Amino acid sequence: IICCPPPLQMQFMLLFSRQGKLRLQKWYVPLSDKEKKKITRELVQTVLARKPKMCSFLEWRDLKIVYKRYASLYFCCAIEDQDNELITLEIIHRYVELLDKYFGSVCELDIIFNFEKAYFILDEFLLGGEAQETSKKNVLKAIEQADLLQEVRLGGGDLHGI
Amino acid sequence: MSDVVEKTLTALPGLLLSLDSQPGAAKLCATSRLGSLVRSITELTSKNVGEEMAEPPAGPRSPKQMKEIMVRAIYCEMLGYEASFSYIHAIKLAQQGSVLEKRVGYLAVSLFLHESHDLLLLLVNTVLKDLQSTNLIEVCMALTVVSQIFPKDMIPAVLPLVEDKLTHSKEIIRRKAVLALYKFYLIAPNQVQHIHDKFRKALCDKDPGVMTASLHIYLKLIKVCLASNYKDLTDSFVTILKQVVGGKLPVDFNYHSVPAPWLQMQLLRILALLGKEDQRTSEMMYEVLDESLRRAEINHNITYAILYECLKTIYTIHPKSELLEKAAKCIGKFVLSPKINLKYLGLKALTYVVQQDPNLALQHQMTIIECLDHSDPIIKRETLELLYRITNGQNVSVIVEKMLDFLRLSKDEYTTIDLVGKVAELAEKYPFPCSVWFIQTMNAIFSIGGDVMQPDIPNNFLRLLAEGFDSDEEDRQLRLLAVDSYLSLLECDTSGLPQRFLQVISWVLGEFSFLKEGLEPADVVERLGKLLDDDAITTETRCWVLAAMSKLCGSSDALCKAEKVAHKYTSCLDTALRQQAVELELLGRDVDLRTRVLPQHGARNQLEVDSSLSFLDGFVSDALARGAAPYKPPHQRQEELSQEKILNFEPYGLSLPVSLSACSLTDRQSPTALSLSSSLSGNSADPPLKAGSNLLKLEGVKRVWGKQGYLPEKQATEEALAQEPSSIFAPSHQQACSESQQTTFSTIVEQDQEKRQLASSLFVGLGSQNAPCLVRTVAQNLSDSTSEAVPAVGNTEVVEASEVSSLSGGSGPLAQPSSQVERGLESDLPSRLPATLVGLLRSDVEELCSGESLSLSACKVFDADALVLAIFLSNISDSSIQEVSCLISSEQLKVPEMCSTFSVLSFYLNEFVLFSLFVCFSLCLNHLYSEGVAQCQGWEEHLNLGEASLYHSVSPPASCSCRPLPLTTEEYGKMWLSFSHDVKQNLMLLKHEEEDQLEAALTALKEKLCLHIVDVIGAEGIMACQLVSGRPCLLHCHTHGGMLAIWLRSPIADLPDCLLYHCQKAIQER
Repeated sequence: IICCPPPLQMQFMLLFSRQGKLRLQKWYVPLSDKEKKKITRELVQTVLARKPKMCSFLEWRDLKIVYKRYASLYFCCAIEDQDNELITLEIIHRYVELLDKYFGSVCELDIIFNFEKAYFILDEFLLGGEAQETSKKNVLKAIEQADLLQEVRLGGGDLHGI
Repeated sequence: MSDVVEKTLTALPGLLLSLDSQPGAAKLCATSRLGSLVRSITELTSKNVGEEMAEPPAGPRSPKQMKEIMVRAIYCEMLGYEASFSYIHAIKLAQQGSVLEKRVGYLAVSLFLHESHDLLLLLVNTVLKDLQSTNLIEVCMALTVVSQIFPKDMIPAVLPLVEDKLTHSKEIIRRKAVLALYKFYLIAPNQVQHIHDKFRKALCDKDPGVMTASLHIYLKLIKVCLASNYKDLTDSFVTILKQVVGGKLPVDFNYHSVPAPWLQMQLLRILALLGKEDQRTSEMMYEVLDESLRRAEINHNITYAILYECLKTIYTIHPKSELLEKAAKCIGKFVLSPKINLKYLGLKALTYVVQQDPNLALQHQMTIIECLDHSDPIIKRETLELLYRITNGQNVSVIVEKMLDFLRLSKDEYTTIDLVGKVAELAEKYPFPCSVWFIQTMNAIFSIGGDVMQPDIPNNFLRLLAEGFDSDEEDRQLRLLAVDSYLSLLECDTSGLPQRFLQVISWVLGEFSFLKEGLEPADVVERLGKLLDDDAITTETRCWVLAAMSKLCGSSDALCKAEKVAHKYTSCLDTALRQQAVELELLGRDVDLRTRVLPQHGARNQLEVDSSLSFLDGFVSDALARGAAPYKPPHQRQEELSQEKILNFEPYGLSLPVSLSACSLTDRQSPTALSLSSSLSGNSADPPLKAGSNLLKLEGVKRVWGKQGYLPEKQATEEALAQEPSSIFAPSHQQACSESQQTTFSTIVEQDQEKRQLASSLFVGLGSQNAPCLVRTVAQNLSDSTSEAVPAVGNTEVVEASEVSSLSGGSGPLAQPSSQVERGLESDLPSRLPATLVGLLRSDVEELCSGESLSLSACKVFDADALVLAIFLSNISDSSIQEVSCLISSEQLKVPEMCSTFSVLSFYLNEFVLFSLFVCFSLCLNHLYSEGVAQCQGWEEHLNLGEASLYHSVSPPASCSCRPLPLTTEEYGKMWLSFSHDVKQNLMLLKHEEEDQLEAALTALKEKLCLHIVDVIGAEGIMACQLVSGRPCLLHCHTHGGMLAIWLRSPIADLPDCLLYHCQKAIQER
């Protein structure tokens, strides 16, 4: 299953809480479930053990881990060694901005209870491990359009039911 | 907590099934089941209660509820519970649901499945339908899922539809279509080859988003294919970057008021690839790169990210000094930043950059030292990486020590493997600060690296020991040291030592313990025997120990002990171990055989290996006569197997490779080419029989065997040969450090003595990379006199070399040299040369100029890796001279670190020779180039003695910097193809009457330019040379009709040109 990942591409993104609970996972390279679980476990442990003043980057196996903590949530990306760590940090930040704008000052609970929405936003922002649309306005417009349709349909359905 | 989730999981299939059986029946209110699930799970974790939640809601589900259930399944899977039963329902949901359920369905599919999952095939039809939909949202969803996962084989089915979308009116659709094609390109590059021109259209799209998306494809294309195919796009990329940097994009794309940073980075990466080793293309981008550097002012991470990318590009493309300077300044911004992330990136940038200019590390040495003690291991790790790049012969021991310190604390396996490899590489590259250090370092590597390190590390080490270096005495010393240190290791507790280390120990002891006088082989056998008592030792190591023992049982005492040990293993289940034990017993009984098979190390070289295995000929021919099938090599068998599509019923068809692999097992265990097993097989001293006697087929068989046996050995020798040139061609660091850096270093306030010491030991030799021999010549003699020598730049008048003769002839203020001096020159001066330079080829001692009381003379000494200029300053007056101040300047040539090369060998006041200077410098390309082509530039020293002042300049001839490069024709051929820069020219041969014009020309070139004639074939001759710095150049000469066609090739751009000039001169002067 595991094939050689193309270079300069994000390998995966994990969101987990300070207690080590996984909140979101997105894998851009094909891995077996067992492998995914192992990686998640190891990474959560390593990242949580880091002190706050330490560097946001981490060498792990042959990958670089870039992580950042926002309130109680850790955002954690794996990239290739040659890739630019700083820009990955900014990708995380842009994603948080997007979530923040969408949910209106986002908190961990928003992501827990609406995690599918968080996935939709992520898919609109990053596709296949590459930044797809970097304009905040455009990403949110696309999400809102899809949401709008959903609500119209919902409303329509209810009307029909009555 | 697990109870609840498991309940949910068991409930879910039921829910899904009931939905299938009665579609669209009762409508239960779809309250957020996920919400309650999550809530109860969280409650459970806090309260630890086991009951509640997820009672299966009665009745069948609508797609809407199905959506809810799917979200729950995703959640469960995220918690780590298997929910594979829901995969099929995810696909169904994507297929059957309306837009809102479809969205969740697709999401579930993209999260659950991977590219090669079988169920994915079921999705293809849905995707096809959605791509054709008139609903934009549906098309978007389909394209999104296609760009995430799609079965490779089904790409042709959707490709036309996706291509159509490239011309869609909505930019979001176009953008997603481009990304989908990018994905296709990644998983199946061949299938999208025909639409490359459509990518160009996407690049020119009016929407910046679509254009950005197309850059992903271009970056990958340029990286994978040849960059040359895309050079014509450089202009477009530069223009786009200019527009972006100039803020021409809509404000939407700004990120913290930086215009489209992701786009900028992508473009910078592309430019780096395009401009690499291409001056013309690079020139097109200098301006915009400069602009990018200038614009990156705001103090925000994102500007630094762009800056970092920009730096990398500038250092990757063809260099422009102005830009490099600016870039180097920017590195300071990173490294000196208090933010740890920026500091890390600064180190990373430095690591990248010092490969081209090691002096940049000097500027930041104090920061580097601080980072070395940083509390965050990743900073330390990156610092070590940087140090690894600037290692040279002088600082290697300090750097290796730092690396080993880090390794001792690190627990991460990856880091250990990587770093141990690097330490081993350094230790082998610079094995001689001293032998003791080398052995100790290798011991540390083996004990730390243990069994995780790359297997070639111990192998290389053993080969190094076995093959030795230049001098026999040094080799003996090294081996003896190894034996000593291992013996003492064996006395301590060996249980903690890794298996690989034990193997190395036993091999070395078996091979070299005879070197130690007064050491009884029986002692060694006993100590090795103790190793075997440990149960934790693997069978592989046991084999090594037994092999070592069989080498040691020369005396009866040792034999007796060894046999006792080996006897245990003669009935062992492991075949390799058993073979080793039986061999030991047999060889012990037959002394003659033993000495033939296992001679002592010194005699190894005479051992002839019958690689054709001719001693088996009789056996083979017998077997053939009895009707056995002739031998076929594995690849032939493989081919035949694959050709035969029918089933193979032959029962023993596969037995052959199995037994072969068993044989090669013993080979693998002995690291050197002349191992036990190969010498065993080679014990027949007979030359290969010219089997004229029996079966015809035998000849074919023998040839194959010969090939099999011979090939690996030939490879081994080739490898050994290849190793030498590779060390020569190792990129030697560019230029010497300029004096200004030297002075800044010296002005650093002495705050922390320890750090300063560390710095000086770490960065020593960085400036004088080009003169590794410096250390040897000067180190011991380097005294305080260095402080007298103040480097002065540019104050002195340049005296051209041509004027030297007139100067020394006594014009101007300078007096004629006295006869005393002349007499002395002949006899005395050369003997004042340091011991390291005696015996080397040198030019005559020439007097350069002299004043009233002082005379200056010099000679050139041709060391293997440097040109040493020995300067003698002599007192020719009767009175003694109390004080001498010496100014040495070298503006153009930048002779590396004048101060440290300055040594006072003898300082006899009143005596004849006042002192001598030895200046070593290896001429690198620049010197040769400027000397040959540009204006005459000289190496100049200015001696100022009280009132009297002498000055003089020397410019070494070009040939000084050339050294012959011994190559074989084969190697030459390989190198020829790999070099990129070439020059061709026809030269007129003046002497038509000569018989063999070619040979005459070649000899002339050889003599004048120190070339090595590799081969002469008919009217063609090939030659090779290298600069002192190790840069090679190959020549190909061909004569026809009084003309000599010369063709030069080198990996260095200007070298062929320059050398051609000298060839021309040499031919003319002939």
